[in-house]
Amino acid sequence: MASMTMIQALRSAMDVMLGRDDNVVIYGQDVGYFGGVFRVTDGLQAKYGKTRVFDAPISEGGIVGSAIGMAAYGLRPVVEVQFADYFYPASDQIVSEAARMRYRSAGDFTAPITIRMPCGGGIYGGQTHSQSPEALFTHVCGIRTVMPSNPYDAKGLLIASIENDDPVIFLEPKRLYNGPFDGHHGKPVVPWAAHPMGEVPEGHYTVPLDSAVVFRPGNEVTVLTYGTMVFVSEAAVNESGVDAEIVDLRTLWPLDLDTVVRSVKKTGRCVVVHEATRTSGFGAELVSLVQEHCFYQLEAPVERVTGWDTPYPHALEWAYFPGPERVAAALKRTMEP
Amino acid sequence: MCGGGNRAAGRGAAFLLLRGRAGRAHSQAAGTTACAVSRGPLRLHVPEPTGRPGRETDFSYLYLAPAGAVARPPVDVSPRDTSDLAYTLIRVLDDSGRAVGPWTPSLDVDRLRAGLRAMLKTRAFDARMLIAQRQKKISFYMQCLGEEAVATAHALALEPGDMNFPTYRQQGLLLARDDIPMVELMCQLLSNQRDPLKGRQLPVMYSYKRAGFFTISGNLATQYIQAVGWAMASAIKNDTRIASAWIGDGATAESDFHTALTFANVYQAPVILNVVNNQWAISTFQSIAAGDETTFAARGAGCGIASLRVDGNDFLAVYAASAWAAERARSNLGPTLIEWVTYRAGAHSTSDDPSRYRPGDEARHFPLGDPIARLKQHLIGLGVWSEAEHEATAKELDAEVAAALKEATKYGSLLDGHTPPLESMFEDVYKDIPAHLHDQLRQARAES
Repeated sequence: MASMTMIQALRSAMDVMLGRDDNVVIYGQDVGYFGGVFRVTDGLQAKYGKTRVFDAPISEGGIVGSAIGMAAYGLRPVVEVQFADYFYPASDQIVSEAARMRYRSAGDFTAPITIRMPCGGGIYGGQTHSQSPEALFTHVCGIRTVMPSNPYDAKGLLIASIENDDPVIFLEPKRLYNGPFDGHHGKPVVPWAAHPMGEVPEGHYTVPLDSAVVFRPGNEVTVLTYGTMVFVSEAAVNESGVDAEIVDLRTLWPLDLDTVVRSVKKTGRCVVVHEATRTSGFGAELVSLVQEHCFYQLEAPVERVTGWDTPYPHALEWAYFPGPERVAAALKRTMEP
Repeated sequence: MCGGGNRAAGRGAAFLLLRGRAGRAHSQAAGTTACAVSRGPLRLHVPEPTGRPGRETDFSYLYLAPAGAVARPPVDVSPRDTSDLAYTLIRVLDDSGRAVGPWTPSLDVDRLRAGLRAMLKTRAFDARMLIAQRQKKISFYMQCLGEEAVATAHALALEPGDMNFPTYRQQGLLLARDDIPMVELMCQLLSNQRDPLKGRQLPVMYSYKRAGFFTISGNLATQYIQAVGWAMASAIKNDTRIASAWIGDGATAESDFHTALTFANVYQAPVILNVVNNQWAISTFQSIAAGDETTFAARGAGCGIASLRVDGNDFLAVYAASAWAAERARSNLGPTLIEWVTYRAGAHSTSDDPSRYRPGDEARHFPLGDPIARLKQHLIGLGVWSEAEHEATAKELDAEVAAALKEATKYGSLLDGHTPPLESMFEDVYKDIPAHLHDQLRQARAES
């Protein structure tokens, strides 16, 4: 075991896979010589050479489209979209091509690619460096959407994603890269070195896709969340005094519905928390699933705590961000009836 | 002096040839606007074809060159020294059917006859499938009438293991082969229980990895950058196989086309970048995709890619240019873009009626003629083919196609309900069927 930040854990995952599988290649904007704007691929080109880890033109459509072609050849490309906010030019290649390659060709061709994208706000990135577009991916059949919340899961899930034969969208909450951010932005950053989830095995291991985890056991209400909001929710639970069970979904789709249903049936109450905008967000799907599967166990309306339905503002970032106070208020409201 | 004169002065003989043909159009333009520069209110230019229903087409926009007139550089030519070839037209067969000039390939008579047969087979297949669609046996069809030389001659220049990333008008790549049974293709067209694609795709959107034929999307241009990625992978793995990307004139306006050119040149990918310029994208004339006064090959030249503009109805020229580009790719000399100038003699698809937007007899006046007639004339001239053999071969192929259709129809069709089973709808979305799709299959079964 070693102490790693999420950046180091992700790099370690790619290092392990580059070493184990000659068919793994890594590329994207600035990822080669420089090692990525968040330093996630730092040192990998020097170690594995320019034909395994390299820089790409500023063209998300080209990066994803060429990765699909490489996968059709037999490689396992892991590509980086520098910010999730920049994936839109690659939408056609993701939605119409990668997601449906196996289906439309009846298995003649497949697209085992992993598309990494830093997502989420909290770094004063403004409206083009802060988005959480996960719902745009969970709506697409044929792709897997993953979002880890800590270094251990990040490495295990990234290795599982690279080894998976389906295309995977791997969203990395950038506010968690260096520490478990709890939403209190005025406080000093807690480093991963001071958190048990920063303890990461150095070699190969996987965290299975499609498996959620109970992050904090509790009895009064279930919080369904993922990414940055896991630690924000934890702070809200501690500060509200509500004995909530926090479920970290880890993989959004295909979802580990059993873990979700088991928890909500136990507590009888549910709050869904995500940083993305509210309307038609992934929370809407979660609320609907909870209603379908847990209706007779519910004792209160299901609440959503989300980013507002506005672009992510630069100056009003913390008014937009669904911080621990808003989550705590929702927990209390849910406990009222 | 007007701009065009300066441009011509800076170029080689091939470009002068091109300008010679275009001179009339150019001097007209000069007379009205170019020389006497005057600022008036700004005007938006919307390109327009010269021909429309009831108005004959002036094909001088094609910028033709005589057969044999264009130089053939060595395969290791610097891309920047090919820019003249992007503005002229490489042709081998002259109007009398003789093969002339430096691009004349050395193809033995057996291969030429096989090429003619492949074109005849493609045409016979298309003709029967068109009828089958009209008879409501299949739901939709797209023929490649008039463009048969492009795919069949190109196929001859590739090697086993190479991968084409085709559009829906390169069925000739498959029909030129002996290892893809026509019955199987027809089962795909019929969307029946033996459709290898399980009825998931529109007719014609074949997928044949074993024949170097990438799954056709139905979206436009997406395959172009994928082909470059495949070629990059082949280079990463120090393989010997190359990719061949296909696109039509209309879809070159998509960003994936331009992205593909950038990636191909940046990484010197072993790929042939084919642009089939058949003049029409449904009703959209080619100049709506590229603008006037340029060529599609020029797109490649602008990206630093060796680029050729070739007579796509000339089987020998198609083979020669394809072989030249393949040799470059296989020798680590990088990508080659080839614009194939041809003509979509049929409708875009069975849902299209071209008489609404172009002259009904435009195909007959297309100056590059018909690819089958031209190769036939060449072979007859060589004394290795005859009208009687031609007619007999066409008849034999038509009978072969008819027999295949009869057999394929035995396995049912979309229209008589012999479709793949319900559960196949939920397969292949993911490698393994996830829980939510198992639930939905149960629900679909219960409700159907």
